[in-house]
Amino acid sequence: MSGMLIAIVSLTLIGLALGSILGVAARKFAVKEDPLEEELKAMMPGSQCGQCGYVGCAQYAGALAKGEAAITLCAPGGKVLIEALSEKLGIEADLSGMEDKGPEHAYIIEDICIGCTRCIRECSTDAIMGANKLMHTIIVDACHGCSKCVKVCPTDAIVMVQYPVTLANWHWSKPEIENTEPKPEIVPAH
Amino acid sequence: MKLFPIRGGIHPEYRKDLTSEQAIVVMPMPAALYIPLQQHIGAPAEILVAEGDLVKKGQMIARNQGAVSASQHAPTSGRIKSVAEVAAPHPSGLPQKTIILEPDGKDEWADLPAPIADPFAASPHEIHERVAQSGIVGMGGAAFPSAVKLNLGTQKKLETLLLNGAECEPYLTCDDRVMREYADEVIDGARIMAHALGTPRVVIGIEENKPQAIEIMTRAAAAFPNVEIAAVPVQYPMGSERHLVQAITGRETPARKLTADLGVVVHNVATARAVHHAVRFGRPLVARVVTVSGSAIRKPSNVMTPIGTLVADLVEFCGGFSARPESVVNGGPMMGQPLPSLDVPVVKGTSGILALTAEEINGSPTSACIRCGSCVTVCPCGLSPVDMAAFIRKDNLDVAAKLGVMDCFSCGSCSYVCPSHIPLVHYFNYAKGVLRELENDRRKNERIKTLAEVRTIRIEKATEAKRAALAARKPASDAAPSGNAGEAKATTEEKANA
Repeated sequence: MSGMLIAIVSLTLIGLALGSILGVAARKFAVKEDPLEEELKAMMPGSQCGQCGYVGCAQYAGALAKGEAAITLCAPGGKVLIEALSEKLGIEADLSGMEDKGPEHAYIIEDICIGCTRCIRECSTDAIMGANKLMHTIIVDACHGCSKCVKVCPTDAIVMVQYPVTLANWHWSKPEIENTEPKPEIVPAH
Repeated sequence: MKLFPIRGGIHPEYRKDLTSEQAIVVMPMPAALYIPLQQHIGAPAEILVAEGDLVKKGQMIARNQGAVSASQHAPTSGRIKSVAEVAAPHPSGLPQKTIILEPDGKDEWADLPAPIADPFAASPHEIHERVAQSGIVGMGGAAFPSAVKLNLGTQKKLETLLLNGAECEPYLTCDDRVMREYADEVIDGARIMAHALGTPRVVIGIEENKPQAIEIMTRAAAAFPNVEIAAVPVQYPMGSERHLVQAITGRETPARKLTADLGVVVHNVATARAVHHAVRFGRPLVARVVTVSGSAIRKPSNVMTPIGTLVADLVEFCGGFSARPESVVNGGPMMGQPLPSLDVPVVKGTSGILALTAEEINGSPTSACIRCGSCVTVCPCGLSPVDMAAFIRKDNLDVAAKLGVMDCFSCGSCSYVCPSHIPLVHYFNYAKGVLRELENDRRKNERIKTLAEVRTIRIEKATEAKRAALAARKPASDAAPSGNAGEAKATTEEKANA
């Protein structure tokens, strides 16, 4: 009888002890992971260009999640990202001052390029091809328009240009409804 | 043959009698031909000629490149005048790279590939090769490279080759005339295609409003037990590939799947004729039948037109305009697109050029939706145009996508029936364009993310390697058995500074 009692008591004690250790550990060593931060990180362009003033996309996402940063800082993300962030975070973004130029890519004016390779080192997506003292050029398909290269170019040979409208990307614009008569004013009856 | 009903659809005024009794006439060679490098879905062809080159009729002047592409051939003998940017037969009027050919008037054939003596003994691969070499694309309007579609037999188990002779668009009669005048060639082409695809059965679907074509084709097919003619009811859009398949097999192609997933491959009748020419005579696709019609055309006709003829020359050949056209349409009036100018070439996918007067066009102003539900009733895809348009109007494209706007194939039935004249299909074309653009952007961003990650890893590795190299040099300079870590560090640092 007493043997059974000992077994029950000891097992209960072991269970309680292990349980409390686990409980304490879960609190103490918990990894702080903000699900919002993760989601925001996934929305970022992910090219770590640093144009927003933070080290990389993850840091900017973190700052956004804490509400410390404005949602209009990401250059490559452009208006599309701002709108997505504004919806996600419920912040009204003031886009009135920002003209949407549409997506842009860098373009090297080859006559002025001296081949210093500074832009190549700056580019976070390996979108610039060239070698020392040889002309450089942009691989448009890999450029995401962060414009970091524009700032480091000593001869101002890099400019940002818009993507041209071609047969491949042209599409119909939104139909304009002709019927724009003003609504009749409704006067409340007294 | 037992037929199955299709959903929705409309019965517009067909107005095919303008040209249906006009036999195909051959257009004389114009002063210049404009052959775009891209007349098809996929990658543009790679140019093979330069300014001043003399070419013969049927000579390849641009080669297909990549998996989905089609080559271009000289439609006649002559001299390459230049390669320039010329306006495309497209509503935007944007330019594309085009070869300009000056005919020499001799119309001399080049050395063509040898005819395949017995195509039914040849391997399917040989027929694909020949079709690819001949620059054949779907001639119903979509202009998808035919060789790619003929290859489907190697990937999927196919049962039926369905030849599309429905021609459900009003005004157009080019397929009707091809079937009536070249029935044997069409059927021979179809049998060759069926052999290449490995399909035991060929069905040719023709709308009932073409009784002569049905009769002539039935007679021509009588000798071949595996070729059947199906007279399908007159119901726009019967000529849509998915709907024709449903009418013949009773099965609906699931969204974002191909009809080939149901074991059916659809080709246009004119494409079958082009395959016949390529296989039996080695002749590439250099001309096609175009219906030139509409009340503003003086002599509506079916014209055998060299590829690259300017629409202006073609209209001139048909007697010019008898009235001021309100709109010139490339294709049929339902799905065709307006042309901003007449100085654009006829391409392989041009089935019709219509000059429509104001009476033939619905120019009524748009008014508010009255929720009548007509558009929902007629939508052959089972979508709800009224809801989709409302969301698109408010720029809520995500919801429109969920409602299935990408499954709309712009047949225009909803716009046609709308009593408030709401440009429904215009909304959908806009939404599809924007959604496709967003999808492309998303894909580009994914790719760029990977590029950035690869670069980060590479830089980390390089830094690591530098550190390792530095560490490797340390014991060499530090061979003295001092063992003093501080000293060793100092030496390395000095070295690094030096």
